Amino acid sequence: MGPGPRQGDGAGPPPPVAVARPVLVALAVLVVVTVVATAIGPADLSLGTVVRVVADHVGLHLPGRVSAIDQAIVWQIRLPRVILGGLVGAMLALGGASYQGVFRNPLADPYLLGVAAGAGLGATIAIVSASRATYLLPIAAFAGGVVAVSLTYLVGVRASGYATSASIILAGVAVAAVFTALQTNIQQQHAADLQPVYSWILGSLSVATWSDVRLIVPYVAVSTVVLLGHRRLLDVLRVGEEEATSLGVDPRRVRLTVVAAATLGTAAAVSVSGLVGFVGIIVPHAVRLTTNASYRVVLPVSLISGASFLILADLGARMLDAPAEIPLGVVTAFIGGPFFIFVLRSRRSRQGTL
Amino acid sequence: MRQADSALELHGLVVSYDGVAALSGIDYALAPGAWLGLIGANGAGKSTLLRALARLVAYQGTVRVTGAEVAHLSRRRLAQLVAFVPQAPELPREMRAIDYVALGRTPYLGYFAVERPADRHAGHELLARLGLAALAERPVGALSGGEVQRLVLARALAQEAPVLLLDEPTSALDLGRRVEALELVDQLRAERGLTVVAAMHDLTLAGQFATEVALLDHGRLARTGTPDAVLTDAELGHYFGASVRVLRDDDGDLVVVPRRQRGGPS
Repeated sequence: MGPGPRQGDGAGPPPPVAVARPVLVALAVLVVVTVVATAIGPADLSLGTVVRVVADHVGLHLPGRVSAIDQAIVWQIRLPRVILGGLVGAMLALGGASYQGVFRNPLADPYLLGVAAGAGLGATIAIVSASRATYLLPIAAFAGGVVAVSLTYLVGVRASGYATSASIILAGVAVAAVFTALQTNIQQQHAADLQPVYSWILGSLSVATWSDVRLIVPYVAVSTVVLLGHRRLLDVLRVGEEEATSLGVDPRRVRLTVVAAATLGTAAAVSVSGLVGFVGIIVPHAVRLTTNASYRVVLPVSLISGASFLILADLGARMLDAPAEIPLGVVTAFIGGPFFIFVLRSRRSRQGTL
Repeated sequence: MRQADSALELHGLVVSYDGVAALSGIDYALAPGAWLGLIGANGAGKSTLLRALARLVAYQGTVRVTGAEVAHLSRRRLAQLVAFVPQAPELPREMRAIDYVALGRTPYLGYFAVERPADRHAGHELLARLGLAALAERPVGALSGGEVQRLVLARALAQEAPVLLLDEPTSALDLGRRVEALELVDQLRAERGLTVVAAMHDLTLAGQFATEVALLDHGRLARTGTPDAVLTDAELGHYFGASVRVLRDDDGDLVVVPRRQRGGPS
């Protein structure tokens, strides 16, 4: 009856996967990164100034005065950009980790199934057909990303008669190729609009506003809740589709739900940030290297660390070559390439798997 | 032989892959607590039959588990009735042993739920029962072949299903561990009243552990009955296309011995 003495753990029930500690550490890092990144910029602000302004806006009045200009810099310029970067990074990292779980492929992320190519096509069409109506751009990019992944799914299921991971990934490669070809073709026919298309594709948060934040928060929130809800099922899928099925799980249903949620969130994220690559692969792998491989840890910690990562990458994008900006996608790719090799080496030495 | 309260009942079971029949017209009924040893040459349909019972392949005909028609059950309910141990389980090397065993609680958890303390407690008790208590926190990849075998069995037992399907449960183990593993299954069968269906390569072990055997040949049930009735020189020689002798050891247990054919392979 009672939980008899068991070696290794004292009284009480056996310990579940330790989630709290890595999550708290990641949260602490995120808070520090957010405050520091908001303080750093052309006009140097103190950390105290940042904290005071934020506290002021949430109804907490700390002692000390902040000038109106500093107020505006923090609240109107820096903070929307930092928060947006955090949301985009969080979503891309969580989406990547979830995709890697359902496809059991370490290189899977929403980009692989065509989110990037679709969003790129949508954005390009919006820019060349209505360059003035900038509010259309995120909507078109979002629609393009969702259409591309839906098409990938349909093709993958239809072509093979069965929604296996391999058939969907192959369909994703095909759909992405076609969408990229279309996008390139449109881009070449509208040489005058090359510059805005190009800068969107390379990714940037330089024009971030609170309205961008408001635009993507609902998608990111829903997507996050659904994806985090799958943390145990993604662990079940680690034993393979057939064994997961014999444990009472329908892997196709899990995959469809996770892909839908991750795609929706990711498409919303890239619609405001442009095509920032590698976040969905770098962050979850780094998390796996430093914590338990269980998705109960990997998903929440990737979410939080993804935010920290992209805030730092964006800090690099605006400060490394100041006053010029380096495209955000260039910064993440620059970190991502070498990191890939590092992951490859560490996997070889550990003979690890997902 | 057919009885109303069968643990497992098959009627006209047919499985085909791309139009080629892998199993045709299988009828069988298995009483609760029995151990059915599936024997037959490679490709005879042993694994296919197990996979049909776990509804992992599409089939025609009916399969009933404890009276319930498998085709009408939800995946979740089916997993509460039938536990399946594949021949080569996919092992998440970095997962801790206790977490791996707890996967067996999946059919009792809601879609978004995680294990309750009671589920983890059940997992620890199973690890202790199978002699793995000291390894609970170890990653699966660090366990030996014999330990993994017991761990996979523990996960299946965590499903608390009355029917246990084993596909070549001992093929990866050395001789001593094989007997040990099957002995363990037999004890658990007695303790929990499990009904066991096992595809068994080793005819000697099939003869010693199964309460009844079914000999599959090209997707058909060629012979069924007690080990004594089916495991004979003539039957085995006919269906395995090799010369074998069935002996008795000092305890009266069946021993199947292959014999080299003079003049090389035919």
